[in-house]
Amino acid sequence: MDWTFGLPPEWSWLVWTLIKTLVLIGGVLGVLPIMIWGERKVAGHVQFRPGPNRVGPFGLLQPLADVLKLVFKEDVMPHSANRVLFFLAPVLALVPAFVVLTVIPIGPQFVVTDVNVGLLVFFAMSSLGVYAITLAGWAGNNKYGLMGGLRSSAQMISYELAMGLSVIGVILLTGSLSLVDIVKAQDGKILGFLPRWFVFYQPVGFLAFVVTMLAETNRAPFDLPEAEGELVAGYHVEYSSMKFAAFFMGEYANMIAISCVCTALFLGGWHGPWLPPVWGGIVWFVLKVSILQVFFLFVRWTLPRLRYDQLMNLGWKVLLPLTLANALVTAVAVALREGWLR
Amino acid sequence: MTPVFFLLFAVMAVVSALMVVLQKSPVTSAVYLVLVFLSLGGFFVLLHAPFLAAVQVVVYAGAIMVLFLFVIMLLNLQRDVDDGLHHAARRVFGWALGILLAAQAFLLLRGSWALGPRGKEPAALVHAQGNTQVIGVRLFGDYLWPFEITSLVLLVAVVGAIVLSLRRGRSTGVEDAP
Amino acid sequence: MSWLTQGQVPLEAYLVVSGLLFLIGVVGVLVRRNAIVIFMCIELMLNAANLAIVAFADQLQQTDGQVFVFFVMAVAAAEVGIGLALIVNVFRARQTVYVDEVNLLKG
Repeated sequence: MDWTFGLPPEWSWLVWTLIKTLVLIGGVLGVLPIMIWGERKVAGHVQFRPGPNRVGPFGLLQPLADVLKLVFKEDVMPHSANRVLFFLAPVLALVPAFVVLTVIPIGPQFVVTDVNVGLLVFFAMSSLGVYAITLAGWAGNNKYGLMGGLRSSAQMISYELAMGLSVIGVILLTGSLSLVDIVKAQDGKILGFLPRWFVFYQPVGFLAFVVTMLAETNRAPFDLPEAEGELVAGYHVEYSSMKFAAFFMGEYANMIAISCVCTALFLGGWHGPWLPPVWGGIVWFVLKVSILQVFFLFVRWTLPRLRYDQLMNLGWKVLLPLTLANALVTAVAVALREGWLR
Repeated sequence: MTPVFFLLFAVMAVVSALMVVLQKSPVTSAVYLVLVFLSLGGFFVLLHAPFLAAVQVVVYAGAIMVLFLFVIMLLNLQRDVDDGLHHAARRVFGWALGILLAAQAFLLLRGSWALGPRGKEPAALVHAQGNTQVIGVRLFGDYLWPFEITSLVLLVAVVGAIVLSLRRGRSTGVEDAP
Repeated sequence: MSWLTQGQVPLEAYLVVSGLLFLIGVVGVLVRRNAIVIFMCIELMLNAANLAIVAFADQLQQTDGQVFVFFVMAVAAAEVGIGLALIVNVFRARQTVYVDEVNLLKG
């Protein structure tokens, strides 16, 4: 990271940042076929059937078949659709996830940029992700799409609140909004054997964050707005071919990004025993993110879908008071620990 | 490199603001306004206020504009119908007044003016402590009273919005949201 | 314009941008008929003021300006909520969002 390309220092820093970002994006896009295959296989085995096993050994080439099918489909745009927004919405589904990846520490020395408000960057990007769905619902000029899009946006902004409040406990324990500092604060062991991950200090916060993780990415059991049987697939009813594939990719990229944030906040980030310091951290991080992804897949094919009013009820009347109470208790505990209360 | 980013954000902001005013469809105006807010977030980062930049994106671009888009989509507003002589006359009048205001501002502000007193928090100190921490200390210290009043303002806004959107004749708050 | 090649962006540059945004907001309020677009131009004016405040806060090396902008954002959010509820109510009563068509009291 010291080669300057013969440019003044600011510009060479910019070039290095761009290279690191491209590596991250390439990594995520490379993992996507594995996730597609994993989803279909897990779906199959949960439902007591083998899943795809024709295309390649163990169905490993199934994602290739899926992508080829999507590429060769006709890209339909309705005549009265809003052209610009129709093109823009799938892009907006993908881009925020990649921005979030730049502030997450993947290994001890691998973070693209250590902004000291890194966690807020994550919340900003998840707020921008709402636009993809809202604009997609509107751009198709289709009443079902519009209803699906509005429902999904309302769901996402409701659960953003609970998500923000659920991490207040972690921020109070660390005293910093930077994800690098939060991961560094999870070093060491409690009682000699338990790692100091925040999931042990903040179980309620972790639970709330996991539930909002599912709701923010529109994954089951919170996928009413986009399920195929409801509202004719909701906001992506007018999309086909590569634009639909972009929404698909955006959903998986969002899942990965939000799992990375959850790992950094609650599961100790890149900390892990036994492996050497430089690349061992990356291995542990990828392992933890993979476990969260498998959790996403299991939950999708196990739990029934929540009805829309049940979903909003959960977000506003259950998670919001719960996370507020968690923040209050954590604040009192931190104040006692620091000796501010007598 | 800062001047390059400044020019980029400045052009983005001014062009998007012009499009907000000139576009006929309210949804397109709203999307351009989101672009304005994002470029303002960029300005805040250049001005050593990263916390404000993030809050700007979360609050303005992420919540307020989503609310605007919701209302526009629920009311199903299509392109504005603005044809006719009196509308064109009103537009000319409006632009003329705007240019007059611009000329006034230019004449007023081109002379020299004095800056206020300097504060005691240079950028290096703020960066060392963390922008969020410094703002937090000021917010809960000197500005605690306005902070609590702002929370009351927000409560009033929540209650008011619900009361205003109740339909006549029903005592429970069943709105027509999807 | 020598600052383009050197490091520092002067305060006046930020104020010019802020002034331009404010002026465009004013023109928008005067020119448009749609109540929601007028409201959006008001938000544009608020943001122009925010930019000016933060530019001065950076120049004068104090964070009071940033705290003030924080309050402006909170109050603007509250105002948008109420304002849009009002516009929805007007739409329900008059079936229009154009401000010049809400003229029942006109003599």
